[in-house]
Amino acid sequence: MFSLDHKVIGIQYLITGFLFLLFGFALMTLMRWQLAYPLQPIPFVGNLFGPERAPGGIMLPEFYNQLGAMHGTVMVFLATVPIIVGGFGNFLVPLQIGAPDMAFPKLNMLSYWSFVVGGIVMLVSFFVPGGAAQSGWTSYPPLADIMPIGQTIWLFGMVFLITSSLLGAINFIVTIVQLRTPGMTWMRLPYFVWAQFVSAFLLLLAFPPLEVAAILQLMDRIAGTSFFLPSGLVVSGQIVTGLTGQAAGRLASGGGNPLLWQHLFWFLGHPEVYVLILPAMGIVAEIIANNTRRPLWGYRAMVSSAVFIGFMSLIVWAHHMYITGMGTTLAAFFQTTTMIISIPSVIILTSLFVSLWGASIRFTTPMLFALAFLPMFGIGGLTGLPLGLAGSDTQLHDTYYVIAHFHYVVAPGTIFAMFAGVYYWYPKATGRQMNTVLGTIHFWGSFVCMNLIFMPMFLQGLGGMNRRLYDGGLQYLHNAEFLKWHIPISMAAWTLGLFQIPFLLNFFGSIKWGTAVGQNPWNATTLEWSAPSPARHGNFERPPVVRRPAYEYSVPGAPRDFTPQDAD
Amino acid sequence: MQIPYVVDTRPDTGLYNGKLGVWLFLASEVMLFGGLFSAYVLLRMGAPVWPRHALNVPMAAMNTAVLIASSMTMVMAWASLKMRQWTRARGYLAATLFFGAIFLVVKFFEYSEHLRAGENPAHSMFFAIYYTLTGVHMLHLIAGMLAIAYFLGPGARMMRQAPEQFTNRIEAVGLYWHFVDLIWIFLFPTLYLV
Amino acid sequence: MTPNEPVVPDVRRYLLVFAALLVLTIVTVAISALDLGRHAAIAIAIGIATVKASLVAMVFMHLSHERRWLLWSMGAIGIFILGLLFWPAWDIAERLSR
Repeated sequence: MFSLDHKVIGIQYLITGFLFLLFGFALMTLMRWQLAYPLQPIPFVGNLFGPERAPGGIMLPEFYNQLGAMHGTVMVFLATVPIIVGGFGNFLVPLQIGAPDMAFPKLNMLSYWSFVVGGIVMLVSFFVPGGAAQSGWTSYPPLADIMPIGQTIWLFGMVFLITSSLLGAINFIVTIVQLRTPGMTWMRLPYFVWAQFVSAFLLLLAFPPLEVAAILQLMDRIAGTSFFLPSGLVVSGQIVTGLTGQAAGRLASGGGNPLLWQHLFWFLGHPEVYVLILPAMGIVAEIIANNTRRPLWGYRAMVSSAVFIGFMSLIVWAHHMYITGMGTTLAAFFQTTTMIISIPSVIILTSLFVSLWGASIRFTTPMLFALAFLPMFGIGGLTGLPLGLAGSDTQLHDTYYVIAHFHYVVAPGTIFAMFAGVYYWYPKATGRQMNTVLGTIHFWGSFVCMNLIFMPMFLQGLGGMNRRLYDGGLQYLHNAEFLKWHIPISMAAWTLGLFQIPFLLNFFGSIKWGTAVGQNPWNATTLEWSAPSPARHGNFERPPVVRRPAYEYSVPGAPRDFTPQDAD
Repeated sequence: MQIPYVVDTRPDTGLYNGKLGVWLFLASEVMLFGGLFSAYVLLRMGAPVWPRHALNVPMAAMNTAVLIASSMTMVMAWASLKMRQWTRARGYLAATLFFGAIFLVVKFFEYSEHLRAGENPAHSMFFAIYYTLTGVHMLHLIAGMLAIAYFLGPGARMMRQAPEQFTNRIEAVGLYWHFVDLIWIFLFPTLYLV
Repeated sequence: MTPNEPVVPDVRRYLLVFAALLVLTIVTVAISALDLGRHAAIAIAIGIATVKASLVAMVFMHLSHERRWLLWSMGAIGIFILGLLFWPAWDIAERLSR
């Protein structure tokens, strides 16, 4: 439970993260009912929610908003990042660089438990009077400032999660810089390690401003300050007063600026999305190299691109704020940097595509997911371009188009990479292989459903349907012809849930009944496959010596079609 | 296999793990206080009026000198450890704690003065950001003092058992402590002088 | 076990910097009492603070003894800090000037 071993901690992150992933998914299934059949009682579970959330089983708008805000929060902060960074990162990075563990094992354990506490705090917020946070995962003031206590709890939860990420980021960077085994030069690192390295820097530098914002919002909500409350703010016909203590009932001093929150939030928010995608690209890169039996094409370009993305991602944030009335100079600057940052992303994707050229592809289950990642991320990325340009963003901001864009990147993007990673590294963690038939069913079902869910949302968004409307836009005439899409989308979403059952059965069943395998069942080259399956405490008997780059597949003249990094 | 470079430095980077770890932590702290200063700038620019001479400059100036002195004693503590002068090192660490405590006491008087006059965080934007900035700084100071107290108390065993590693830990705490001083060096003119 | 990098303590240097820091503190308080206009006052105060901070960083925190890459990395952080300080301020300035 309180193990200091990075592999145990990695699996703890993975399992906990997947539990939150399922929880976040469940929140969404409830939302999809309301969108498809607005104001109708939720079947089966409707009466479980009580009169403050769903009287007579009919979802209240406040509850819908809670589901929405928490779906985003859970998926981003409690599921995806913990899985790809905390889970895969922790498990693999020390193994891939030939180290015995992370640089600071106790800090690692602390990071995990800080994450768990943060997650519990977030869950608890559902059960307080007024319910959970309900101002979007973005918690924009003034609304978030005046919402019930669930918002305060959200802020405290974020403090724990941010602490967890910061400590983890320090651990990753020191580990990668200091603990590389002899011969493991920077350019021999597996691409996955580079991806984690850049992501760690982003977490390290971008989270603190959000911590500041959280502190300021907490001060607004608890200490009666008005950092984000403008003077003379009127809500529902009443002037906003301080909320608690001495400030209760007195006029808020005003003078605050909601834009301050937006700047601080998105300073994190944008690098955060690169944290969501870079490790995923790392996973996909590993699996593609292995299953094409060829080196990655353009490794150096991919590395430079990852580093460049990391740097640029810290100076594009205000493209989330184009419609706040910002001036043309600011908009021009951020449009420029945003367009520039799309270039390295394209380089990485192109390199991965070209890596397939002329290869003898093994269509293993991880490879199915990795291959699907490429066009899916392509769609997600390309649809981001109109959002990055202020002119088109004016039409598309806060519509279902945005939802479709980012879900394409994260859902059949990152989450597919996660599944690929699970299928690929499961033998390293357990010594057994997952079942291929179940894996194939899981893949095709998920792939089809994801596209059925998110493709129509582009249409809805282009038609002007706003996001975060508890009735799915029913009240607005301009949405009329797009409402019909809600039902098939919801059907696809629920079916997607059903298709995760083969995965869950496979994941848990294979521990006992999966085919037992040796230490390198995929015939891979990177160092983790030189350790036993499952790897033992301390990983390697003595430090491996690395003699070659990471992807020596099909080298002419070599005895086999792969040569491990540390082979003589 | 043991984790390497815990005490000795890695040849190509010139660092031991803990030192890199602390510098990275400080980088994130720079971003934290940077965010706070950014909030200050944004709020002050948007404010129609901004009070001047609302704070006690002499008290704060003295506090600035106190923190600078504490930085001096902190680096001397590390220097003494490097020269294997254990008692001196402990003396300097205690002096650092002493100066830290003085800072807190002066801050306490400062805050009391304002609160008695009704100048609490809800009073105005100026005081809101004043309490937030100095409060976050103070929390960091207290955390540093707790770390130093630990190494004077329960953690002092390592001084005899693993002197090099202990010296490294004090160096790391020292880096953090100097950073807390550094932040005040910017806070003082920003809040009190301009 | 290889010995630590020789970051040798230079006590004289520490004392010199200590004195300089105290002097600069007195200077910055004294200058603030003059009436120089807001922009000049801010520039000078922050300027002196930057000098003081550099002394603390370079000497007390031994940055001048560390390898170049560490210095450059910390400097790079400065770019992001400046961005975080500058762009939101520009945003507000632009809106106020309308």
